[in-house]
Amino acid sequence: MPAMPKRGNPPIQGEMLQGTLDLLILKTLVVGPAHGHTIAYAIEHRSEDVLQVEHGSLYPALHRLEDRGWIASFWGTSENNRKARYYRLTPKGRKQLTAQTSRWDEIVRAVNRILRPA
Amino acid sequence: MSLRRFFRRSRWDDERARELEAHLAIERDENVARGMTPDEAWDAARRKLGNATLVREEIYRMNTIAVLETVWQDLRHGVRLLRLNPAFALVAILSLALGVGANTAIFQLLDAVRLRTLPVQNPRQLAEVRIAVAKGGRTGHFTSRRPMLTYPIWEQIRDRQQAFSSAFVWAANDFNLTTGGEGRYAQGLWVSGDFFQTLGVAALAGRVLTREDDRPGCAAPPAVISSGFWQREYGGEPSILGRQILLDGHAYAVAGVTPPSFFGVEVGRAFDVAIPLCAEPLSLGADSAITRPASWFLAMFGRLKPGWTVESAGAHLATLSAAIFAGTVPSDYRADDAEHYRAFKLGAFAADTGVSNLRRDYESPLWLLLGTTGLVLVIACANLANLMLARATAREREVAVRLAIGASRWRVVRQLLAESLLLAVAGAAAGALIARWLSAFLVGLLATDRDPIFVALAIDWRVFAFTAALAVLTCAVFGLAPAIRVTGLSPGAAMKAGSRGSTDARERFGLRRALVVAQVALSLVLVAGALLFVRSFRNLMTVDAGFRQDGVLMVRMDLTHTGVPAGRQIAFRQEIVDRLAALPGVTSAAQTRMVPTGGGFWNENIVVAGKVLPDYINLNVVSPGYFKTLGMPILNGRDFDVRLDTPASENVVIVNQAFARKVWPDQNPIGEAFQIDEPPGVPRPVFRVIAIVKDSKYDDLRETFGPIGFFAAAQNPKPRPELRVALRYEAPTAAVTAAVTGAMAALDRSIELQFQTLEAQIRNSLLRERLMATLSGIFGALAGLIAAIGLYGVMSYMVARRRNEIGIRMALGAGRADVLRMVLREAGGLLAAGLAIGLVLAVAASTTAQSLLFGLKPWDPATLALGAIGLGAVAMLASYLPALRASRLEPTEALREE
Repeated sequence: MPAMPKRGNPPIQGEMLQGTLDLLILKTLVVGPAHGHTIAYAIEHRSEDVLQVEHGSLYPALHRLEDRGWIASFWGTSENNRKARYYRLTPKGRKQLTAQTSRWDEIVRAVNRILRPA
Repeated sequence: MSLRRFFRRSRWDDERARELEAHLAIERDENVARGMTPDEAWDAARRKLGNATLVREEIYRMNTIAVLETVWQDLRHGVRLLRLNPAFALVAILSLALGVGANTAIFQLLDAVRLRTLPVQNPRQLAEVRIAVAKGGRTGHFTSRRPMLTYPIWEQIRDRQQAFSSAFVWAANDFNLTTGGEGRYAQGLWVSGDFFQTLGVAALAGRVLTREDDRPGCAAPPAVISSGFWQREYGGEPSILGRQILLDGHAYAVAGVTPPSFFGVEVGRAFDVAIPLCAEPLSLGADSAITRPASWFLAMFGRLKPGWTVESAGAHLATLSAAIFAGTVPSDYRADDAEHYRAFKLGAFAADTGVSNLRRDYESPLWLLLGTTGLVLVIACANLANLMLARATAREREVAVRLAIGASRWRVVRQLLAESLLLAVAGAAAGALIARWLSAFLVGLLATDRDPIFVALAIDWRVFAFTAALAVLTCAVFGLAPAIRVTGLSPGAAMKAGSRGSTDARERFGLRRALVVAQVALSLVLVAGALLFVRSFRNLMTVDAGFRQDGVLMVRMDLTHTGVPAGRQIAFRQEIVDRLAALPGVTSAAQTRMVPTGGGFWNENIVVAGKVLPDYINLNVVSPGYFKTLGMPILNGRDFDVRLDTPASENVVIVNQAFARKVWPDQNPIGEAFQIDEPPGVPRPVFRVIAIVKDSKYDDLRETFGPIGFFAAAQNPKPRPELRVALRYEAPTAAVTAAVTGAMAALDRSIELQFQTLEAQIRNSLLRERLMATLSGIFGALAGLIAAIGLYGVMSYMVARRRNEIGIRMALGAGRADVLRMVLREAGGLLAAGLAIGLVLAVAASTTAQSLLFGLKPWDPATLALGAIGLGAVAMLASYLPALRASRLEPTEALREE
């Protein structure tokens, strides 16, 4: 794509491991449909504010997940009566979440084995 | 990234925009709830979200296919630009359409006539068998359009050859569909039994002919008709099978109909009806070419057995030749003819594209025309390139800005090219439409009443590829140069250039000047070529043929069914002539065996004082009044006379001047005598010369006057069943043909008639010359016009760019005449350079057309000078307008601008 102005990588991969945000979004949606804003705050709260999601980077991730068929979206009304786009987990997404979670556990164990050898 | 998403990406983008709006709104609500002022809340929300546009862009890019996206953008940009200037777009598309249309039409014809294979099974396995080596030439009677073999030779090849799995012969013939009166003819074929089976053509309805139908001596064989004939004559009626069709007065039962795609094996012709070869004697009777010795009338095709090639088949036939020819020496051959005959060698020739007289006559003119139309297209492209350059120059600053802020050069070039591509594709599409019409028109030009032409003008992949290639090529030619040019400037220079400049840098005009010079040069090639063809055609039209072409009607009659006994034939014919001569509006009438330039000929060796002359002499048989009817003055001696010249009296002959010069130089030929060199056993009557007639052309207007001997019809004891009468008339043609038809019906209803004026006959014989003159004339004029427009454009542009300079010159005292002269000098320089180059090219190019010219040389100085002067005059006129405009500038105004 030679014509587009060159830009840096999107910030999503800046702080978080590749695919982590996707995993967190899927996990957040297990309890029920939510819109982008809720998802961002949910991640921040549950990580006790360790993981700061740059809100802007959330949407390309949502788009990508929807593109893969892991989540689906619909327009709904938010708690304070505003139109918002809600996302919900698809069965395919649920399967992915299980697979990705165990993969995550594997990675964490592997990294830990290196960092803290018995 | 799916195509579905790609096409709905803008909807997706809207969706995202709304979603991000919602996000901001929710965040702001919460910020307000936390106690911020609305403004603070809004700003904080935006900070938290980051750059919404970047997010949307990122998602947009996820949905898009980059190349398609930018191409699409460029095309839309191009459309917008073109719509801003519809006049330019129209001119550009129209000129391209004409160029592409003409090229495609000519190419379509070439494709149909030259390149496409026959619509039969595996055409590459087909080979034509004919005599490859015929030293001393073939002797005998040549009939049909492709007289390659005699019947005995065909029988021998058929029984001896090993190379072909099956083989057939065919001969074309026009079959009369009527009995008596003015004839109506079907294009027919006599075919041997394996014709359809060898070609692999199955019947659309009924059945095709088989070997069973082609039994020597057959009395009532079936016929197969083509789809076209079935539709035309019978409206596609299904009940056609089994019905009787009358051909030359004999009934044939229709056994089947062939598929629409099958036209026969001769490209340029479509057959109407095919009947077995064994039926040939039914039509021709005593003149049957099957039984008459040395009758060349058949063409042979074979399908190669697996493993055989055309070459190996040819070698095989060559080895068989000695035996085949030794066994078939015609009974009436003289010793030397027979000797030549026995040494003939057969050969095999690839026949995947069929055979074609049309191809023989028109292939090289068509290639030449393709070259011509190609040049027209190049000139049109040069013109467009010039226009595009002007447009690009006007956009120099815009391009410079874009380059300066980081657009890549290729990106900008692509965008400029998109505009050209749009024009090229639109032009090519319109051209393809024009081509459909134009090629049909061209085929119409080639056809005459006697020679219906059939060309299958399908748009096949070759034509499509050709047109598409033209579109891409033209786009590259006229689009690339300006695009590269304008992006090649350094942005700084470009930004400065527009602001203030008294003179335009010469260098920046270089390309445009070169384009105009090239246009003028190429136009001169076309104009000179057109003049050559037009003058050549005019030479032919005005050449002294030795006879008067106007006011002569040729009537062909078939007397086969009259039943007049042999003893009364001569008197019967004279009676016909006398009756016709007495018709109102007819001033004279006479028999003739040959029609000048009519394609038929009869020549013999003659014996003078016991010595055989080496060259053949053309001969004819005419009745009294022929020379008067054709306007050929008798210079010395007397015309034939029915009372003096009878079968019983001495045989007489009238010779022309060339005959006299050749045979009896420096001698009065009247009273001299000669014989025809007849084969042994045939009597050799002595013919005594009674008159000399002025020279005339015999077979072709292009020939030089040659010797012709005219015999007396009244002394010809065994005339052929065909009678030709030449009428000189002074009434409307239709009235005369009606009168003749009436008179003949009163005499004998069984006589079939065909009419043609001598003028039409000659016009048809000059069809190719007319075509070349017409088309090259049109293309030459078009090229000259385009070049003149090009010159006008460049000079106008130059004057516009140099307003400042011209204003200063005039302020400093230059007169209007000086300015006029300055601009014209500039234009004249370009023109002179173009004409000089053009002259060289024209001479080189026209030598390739030498064989198509008559009465002038390709480097004919008068023609070249005429072309150069004509083109120069038009071009100077075109540059005079801008020059005049320059000279009328008001210096104060010109200087105040900018």
